[in-house]
Amino acid sequence: MRWFWMDRYTVFESGSRAQAIKAITRSEEHLSDHFPGYPVMPIALVIEGMAQAAGVLIHQYYNFTKKIVLGKIPRLAFTDVDLVPGDILVYDIVVDYIRDEGSMVSVKVHRDGKQIADGAIVFAHLGEEYADQPLYGAGDLDNLVRAFGVFDVGVSADGEPLVDPSLSRD
Amino acid sequence: MASEQEIFEQVREVLVDALAVDEDEVEMGSTLVDDLGAESIDLLDIVFQLEKKFNIKIDRGELIPTEKLDDPKYVQDGKLTADGLAMLKEALPSADLEAFSQNPVIQNLAKVLSVKDLVHLVSTKLG
Repeated sequence: MRWFWMDRYTVFESGSRAQAIKAITRSEEHLSDHFPGYPVMPIALVIEGMAQAAGVLIHQYYNFTKKIVLGKIPRLAFTDVDLVPGDILVYDIVVDYIRDEGSMVSVKVHRDGKQIADGAIVFAHLGEEYADQPLYGAGDLDNLVRAFGVFDVGVSADGEPLVDPSLSRD
Repeated sequence: MASEQEIFEQVREVLVDALAVDEDEVEMGSTLVDDLGAESIDLLDIVFQLEKKFNIKIDRGELIPTEKLDDPKYVQDGKLTADGLAMLKEALPSADLEAFSQNPVIQNLAKVLSVKDLVHLVSTKLG
């Protein structure tokens, strides 16, 4: 099982920008212990959510053919870490650089219209030497991007709706 | 046109930011990997930041000519050949390859990069 720290995209423009939301709920198991009597979303998981939202944006640009992994977070600052059940986090992602060997995005996080985090993420694009090391189980990636709503809100660089590539596979 | 010293100062800003090193640790002769602790992903970050700061484009292989490493003329048994070393010298004219040449295994290729090479690359781009 994988844990995902974003719920769905509300904006997805191939290769350029995306907006995703994460609704924090009290039923998330880890909040029972973090902390007892005072549930607050761990910032490490917010960062993971930012990286997941940005990573799928980069992944889609290559039509899900490249292996995209988080390489580095060169800068990131939070101005509020008191993120509690009921909060809805909005991840705004802008692609700064995207090329075969890697990519870099800027990410801002808002809650209730107020910015609470600002940072950047560098992704490494793994080469052919990792061809035999799949990052996802069979069908998992298709399910993931569909569940995230990539093909519900996604548009190409030309503004055309994105087409789910799994629908055209044999 | 920016002088070499001006370019160095801006390159140093990038390295301080990308590698979390102190300004006085960054000298023209500092090597990125051994002296400043850069890892491979840092090189990508540095390239992106240099492009942004200087408004230039650094193509893949301009920092390290990786695309030529598949050529047996340049690499055999994981080591650069004499032709490979000559190619590297041409690609990185400001690099000090003496130590690397003693055991030119390609895993150590990134270790030859120094601040001077970045300054030279940017300077060339800026014309």
